[in-house]
Amino acid sequence: MRRVVVTGAGVVSALGIGYEAHVAALRAGRSGIGPIELIPTEGLSIGIAAEAKSYDGTARFTRNELSLRDRVTQMALTATAEAVDRAGIAFDEALALRTATVIGSSMGGQHTQDDNYRLLYRENKPRVHPFTVPKLMANAPSSWISMDHGLKGPTWTVSTACASSNHAIGQAFHMIRAGMVDAAVTGGAESGLTFGVLKAWEGLRVMARDACRPFSANRTGMVQGEGAAILVLEERGAALARGATVLGEIVGFGATADAGDIVQPSLDGAARAMRAALDDAGMAGGEVAYVNAHGTATMANDRTECAAIRTVFGAHADRLMVSSTKSMHGHCIGAAGALEMVATLSALDGGIVPPTINHEQPDPDCDLDVVPNEARMADVPCALSNSFAFGGLNAVLAVRRHAA
Amino acid sequence: MTDDEIRQQVRAIIAEQAMIDVEQVSSDSTMDDLGLDSLGLVEIVFAIEEQFGVSVPYNANEPNSDEFDISTVRAVEDGVIRLVAEKD
Repeated sequence: MRRVVVTGAGVVSALGIGYEAHVAALRAGRSGIGPIELIPTEGLSIGIAAEAKSYDGTARFTRNELSLRDRVTQMALTATAEAVDRAGIAFDEALALRTATVIGSSMGGQHTQDDNYRLLYRENKPRVHPFTVPKLMANAPSSWISMDHGLKGPTWTVSTACASSNHAIGQAFHMIRAGMVDAAVTGGAESGLTFGVLKAWEGLRVMARDACRPFSANRTGMVQGEGAAILVLEERGAALARGATVLGEIVGFGATADAGDIVQPSLDGAARAMRAALDDAGMAGGEVAYVNAHGTATMANDRTECAAIRTVFGAHADRLMVSSTKSMHGHCIGAAGALEMVATLSALDGGIVPPTINHEQPDPDCDLDVVPNEARMADVPCALSNSFAFGGLNAVLAVRRHAA
Repeated sequence: MTDDEIRQQVRAIIAEQAMIDVEQVSSDSTMDDLGLDSLGLVEIVFAIEEQFGVSVPYNANEPNSDEFDISTVRAVEDGVIRLVAEKD
């Protein structure tokens, strides 16, 4: 069977611009969450978010380019440029025809939508910016990546809320493994820290006031973030033949639906997705050392996820490290799985498991080793990364350290 | 608005969300008794905020927080009366 390796990664997040900055902050247990500064907060009860404050679109794109690219697309393109550069891959015409672009994004160009709807509804303007449609469409990041790099294979955006990235990466992985393509640019991008989106989340009453504290008994909910993480995937033989550096091997993808509740998670759906990823990978549960949890810091998710992990791993659950890096980069919705895959790859590759920060009080219903507050040196030959979306859509990726 | 009027309106909001007659809502009922789940509660909080022009400090992750008691219908009524008084 064809094998699939990750040969490049690029990141824009609240933890910084670039793979190194993101991973260094994760290892240092540094939070990117803070007071909202990039939009006016008058009328918002949510006061904190994981804004990518060091990202400046005007420093990277010309005025003309910005007029066609929403912030979400800019972040996707910035992360892609880094991933392709790190991979050292050249997309010649033959490879470009055999390269897929599959990007997860839940909400598309939300800044464009918010800015332009404000013009209509609040300022009573008769018209919106002429490029509103191509900027806000959810497939804009995928299309711009394909255009920027001349990638002509199968290309689309996956929108499954918080699981978008994992579904995207999983599809790209399966397409290479099946022989449909030979390479893929995949991952996710989300930039929905707008007044309208934050108001919508406020309404659900699940947002934290002061910090994101996954698995901690005193948690008060989730904190939204923004960012993008993009990976270059290649068929292993081709990657090795060109002497690429391999960050890790993607070996399994499991996806399930709860067919239950539109917002409440299900133990069964989550457990089936983890099992499906292990089965797809041909991986025994006992091989897994680390699970990058969905870990949103809502009561419903954290307890259900911990119970699902116990159901899948049995006694081995007590030997697993399970951390939620959302405590640092926030919940980046459609980009979450991709940012977390970078965290997971960094654990495989560097032997340093990123922590769950802000863990202040143990919760008896989350009694796993959540790697509280400090990164840990550990050998991680195999890992899972979980994403569980509103709508009951679950997607889990299994990765293995690459053996030459 | 008198306290009794507030109580009646709160009960009407809860009854509508629970899809029962307002007479069936007793002061001692819990949200569970009325078949209301977390989404139902969020909708009740929304309706209260809209109707009374107040902001209800309720977080689904801290249902037992003492900031806004939702343990019974009476507790919700009392909370709304307090919020309305604080507003005026």
